[in-house]
Amino acid sequence: MIEVKDLHKSFGENHILKGITTTFEAGKTNLIIGQSGSGKTVFLKCLLGLFDYEQGSISYDGNIFAQLSESEKRNMRADIGMVFQGSALFDSMTIAENVMFPLRMFTNLSKSEMQDRVDFVLNRVNLSDAHNKMPSEASGGMQKRVAIARAIVNKPKYLFCDEPNSGLDPRTAIVIDNLIKEITEEYNITTVINSHDMNSVMEIGEKIVFLQLGLKEWEGTRHDIFKTDNEAVTNFVYSSNLFKKVRKMYLTE
Amino acid sequence: MQYLYNFGAYFLMVIKMFRKPTKWSVMKKLILKDIDDLIIGSIGIVSFIAFFVGGVITIQTALNIDSPLIPKSLVGFATRQSIVLEFAPTFISIIMAGKVGSFITSSIGTMRVTEQIDALETMGINSLNYLVFPKVIALTLYPFVISIAMFLGIFGGLTACILGGYATSEDFITGVQLDFIPFHIIYAFLKTFVFAFILATVPSFYGYYMKGGALEVGQASTSSFVWTSVAIILLNYILTQLLLS
Repeated sequence: MIEVKDLHKSFGENHILKGITTTFEAGKTNLIIGQSGSGKTVFLKCLLGLFDYEQGSISYDGNIFAQLSESEKRNMRADIGMVFQGSALFDSMTIAENVMFPLRMFTNLSKSEMQDRVDFVLNRVNLSDAHNKMPSEASGGMQKRVAIARAIVNKPKYLFCDEPNSGLDPRTAIVIDNLIKEITEEYNITTVINSHDMNSVMEIGEKIVFLQLGLKEWEGTRHDIFKTDNEAVTNFVYSSNLFKKVRKMYLTE
Repeated sequence: MQYLYNFGAYFLMVIKMFRKPTKWSVMKKLILKDIDDLIIGSIGIVSFIAFFVGGVITIQTALNIDSPLIPKSLVGFATRQSIVLEFAPTFISIIMAGKVGSFITSSIGTMRVTEQIDALETMGINSLNYLVFPKVIALTLYPFVISIAMFLGIFGGLTACILGGYATSEDFITGVQLDFIPFHIIYAFLKTFVFAFILATVPSFYGYYMKGGALEVGQASTSSFVWTSVAIILLNYILTQLLLS
């Protein structure tokens, strides 16, 4: 579980996060949503430890990240998997080498053990025949699946995804969403997804945190989001006629 | 003020580069890859330039000796001094700032743009140690490239001298051996080691700290070439003053 308390982050005089408090539970897909510029990416980078923050705390299963020693932080990072918006695969490595990378860096497994683990996770994301391809030879959906495989290969406790569906067709986006949800439940991972995609919100959002202008405006489940009368949330989530109709149908049912 | 900020940021980068070392089994492969990219990959162009510039130095020197009182061996002597003291260590380093420097800046800059550096940091890897340190180690072999440039520069001079009929090969070789001061070789290689460090770290700095997209990668490569060249020229002056005066 990840607990965030009164998190503040500024860039110069630009106050981006203005006191966010929330929790992300293990075994659940937690979504951070909000308009562009609401502070989602900054929040995610603070959770990842890529940005320092001025005030507040972030604790991972009771361990406050900022208070850990350098070696403890390093061990902690081995428990974190991240799927970047653009996949961030290493261009100079094959798909199998990309997936093997965290094992080479953080474990003392033998080459055959590493190979077995890579085979297992690539099979898990339905890429069992892509070992020797270069990332440039893979489609956007394949690259995202490789990024997910790389993120989970070292059995992380926490999985972060920055807009995992961006740039994907609707069918592939659903495949990626379902894959993340399945993996989260299968390995009891605390998953935090930064998303703009309303399909993801409706399909896999077991906990949704809505940010607006650096503040937590609302939080709840995907069922709560249909019932909420929070104007900021409804304006954002139901901005299209299609979703307005979906909401209407849900409420009449 | 920005120059001062960059200067400080550069030194902090160099310090951070030595912290939290990457696993040796991984680092070993990175170093070998960088030796291939930066050293082996540069030998061809360096050899080509050194051979022909050595020839040009010889022709220019020979054509400017009018007096019959000046011995023909001076052509070989002037060629050796020009190549060993300045052309090989400094001029080749400026060329390498363009070739190797642009490669380093654009490859690290692209990794920054495509979030590959963020991916390394998220995994708890010291990305500066992972990306820059192997380049510094690989470029400790840079004096080997400069040795080749020295040899081929002088050989190019000899070839041009014979082909142009400016002096006999005996005169040229006598000139090459004339008043040889071993410290000049030490001076040249000391400079080379310093330039190698600059060649690895300044372009890395511009790639690592770049912001923006593909266009900015190109701009960072240009800035990297300019500032690597400036650093080499200034350090060349300082080291020459310290070591030879």
